[in-house]
Amino acid sequence: MRRLVTLLATVLLAAIPVIARAAGAVEGGTQQATNWHAIFMFVLFVCLTLGITYWAAKRTKSAAQFYSAGGGITGFQNGIAIAGDYMSAASFLGISGLVYLSGFDGLIYSVGFLVGWPIVTFLIAEPLRNLGKYTFADVASFRLGQTPIRVLAACGSLVTVSFYLIAQMVGAGKLIQILFGLDYWMAVVIVGVLMIIYVTFGGMLATTWVQIIKAVLLLSGATFMALAVLWKFGFNPEALFAKAVEVHPKHLAIMAPGTLVSNPISAISLGLALIFGTAGLPHILMRFFTVADAKAARKSVFVATGFIGYFYILTFIIGFGAICLVSTNPQFLDSAIAAAKGPIAAIKGGSNMAAIHLADAVGGDLFLGFISAVAFATILAVVSGLALAGASAISHDLYANVFRRGRVNELEEMRVSKIATVLLGVLAIYLGIVFEKQNVAFMVGLAFCIAASCNFPVLLLSIYWRGLTTRGAFIGGFLGLISAVVMVVLSPAVWEVTLGNPKGSAPFPYENPALFSMAIAFIGIWLFSLLDHSARGAEDQAGFDAQFVRCQTGIGATKASAH
Amino acid sequence: MAAQSYESIQQNPKYRELVRQRSVLGWTLAAITLIIYFGFILLIAYAPKFLGTPIGSGVMTIGIPVGLAVIVSAFVLVGIYVVRANATYDSLTRDIVEESR
Repeated sequence: MRRLVTLLATVLLAAIPVIARAAGAVEGGTQQATNWHAIFMFVLFVCLTLGITYWAAKRTKSAAQFYSAGGGITGFQNGIAIAGDYMSAASFLGISGLVYLSGFDGLIYSVGFLVGWPIVTFLIAEPLRNLGKYTFADVASFRLGQTPIRVLAACGSLVTVSFYLIAQMVGAGKLIQILFGLDYWMAVVIVGVLMIIYVTFGGMLATTWVQIIKAVLLLSGATFMALAVLWKFGFNPEALFAKAVEVHPKHLAIMAPGTLVSNPISAISLGLALIFGTAGLPHILMRFFTVADAKAARKSVFVATGFIGYFYILTFIIGFGAICLVSTNPQFLDSAIAAAKGPIAAIKGGSNMAAIHLADAVGGDLFLGFISAVAFATILAVVSGLALAGASAISHDLYANVFRRGRVNELEEMRVSKIATVLLGVLAIYLGIVFEKQNVAFMVGLAFCIAASCNFPVLLLSIYWRGLTTRGAFIGGFLGLISAVVMVVLSPAVWEVTLGNPKGSAPFPYENPALFSMAIAFIGIWLFSLLDHSARGAEDQAGFDAQFVRCQTGIGATKASAH
Repeated sequence: MAAQSYESIQQNPKYRELVRQRSVLGWTLAAITLIIYFGFILLIAYAPKFLGTPIGSGVMTIGIPVGLAVIVSAFVLVGIYVVRANATYDSLTRDIVEESR
């Protein structure tokens, strides 16, 4: 415990030069004076969450508490935490920015991100809670060969988590650079260090509460912004849309589908990745082990779906609000670009800043500070969940169950998990700095695509298909994983934009390969299970009935532990 | 779980009822979700003009309420599932667990 207190003090002390530096930037005139509000509120958030981590650390003594908060989170709390995991800075700033740029098209993304949730509820949530313990690999390997399936699931988890983490780290660095006036590397280091502290000391309990607090702050802030926008237009959406159509250079086109989704194959492929990727994200799936039983798991998805849907409706209003209130205010625009390309393209800091500038427009300096701090907090909470999921894959799946074949005591497993968290944190900081100048926008899409093409097929078929064998799952799962990565590298986003090859030269023509890589995974799993006549295969299939009874009734499922 | 007990549970009519209800409800609602969502995507891909048709004399187009309806439908479908599941699954499960002791 003393170590934690020392660390806490170190972090606070470390913040002082940071603040001084930001103040320097303010004096230098490159940043707005509002930085002080943002920094003050962010430091407040950090203190509060470190306090929670201290409290959680005292309650995190066993592996069950570390990985799954001892199953003691309520359905409602878990629902908010899941919503928090999903409401990343990318979806808040990115989708409101997309609405700001092209209106209706932003809604297409929101809908895709949301629709994965009903599928999770109907097919995944309850079996997951009844069969698993700490990671989704527990479920996938329930009746299959432990070693190959754990290796597969850990690879799927780690690759997904890594891409997601890089995207968040780079996004964090750039955002904080603009909002707080900190150096890029410093922002990345702060995020990485705080993430390591939350996870290693507070485990799932701290990670969950950080996520809950941030979700409440973000929902409150977004609600205030949306209400303020609607209030300016007399709570009449027609008036808001009419003004947006009048001031936006695309005029009426922002009220209809535009160029974002023009090719049906791309559209369907993107849709598949968004829907089934949600059902395969390891940091989200892990949350279903933090509640007491299948009933609470069911309730948490209901709560999460409600809040996420509500949040996306807010981002839609915020995007349109930004068209009306930000693009018409020279304070938020780069005058040189405005003269050449019109007001929408001229927004300072790019379209991702639409929601941030709108906060200034409707709530002044203080509210701008609040939203900036919330954006920082959002990144912090999301990366913590990712780090915990990655560390669990390393310690629970690879170390305890593959390397030590299950012969390991809890304390040792927890220690490995903490070491893994520190290593992942350092790696995330390193990669965040390495990828600073790279275009990482494709990485979140890639993470969803891999989750949909490797984690999801193996999980779904292990729960529902009697014929699945270890060999089938292993070969098919890796085919899905590899084909997803290869096709993304060969797609225009990476081949042309990131690797700098000439336009039109990408060997794979679609932006998102999920349609193809998911098909490869499912067909691969099916075919190689069918061809598998080994003794192991027969054992896998014979285990289905016992697994299915537990999946349906929860008899034998891991119970919530006492606190 | 004990190896000898799952076979007796499988024979329990209440277990069969639970499995039947859960699969019918779960897969039906999943299919409805996918039909609504991919219906929306196909409308966007093949009939963007339809979604861009103004409603009445204003600038509001058909696409806006349709998009919002898809978001609300996701929540409503999950709600239907939770209400149905709470009403039947939990009591059936409790009975099965009791009877298997």
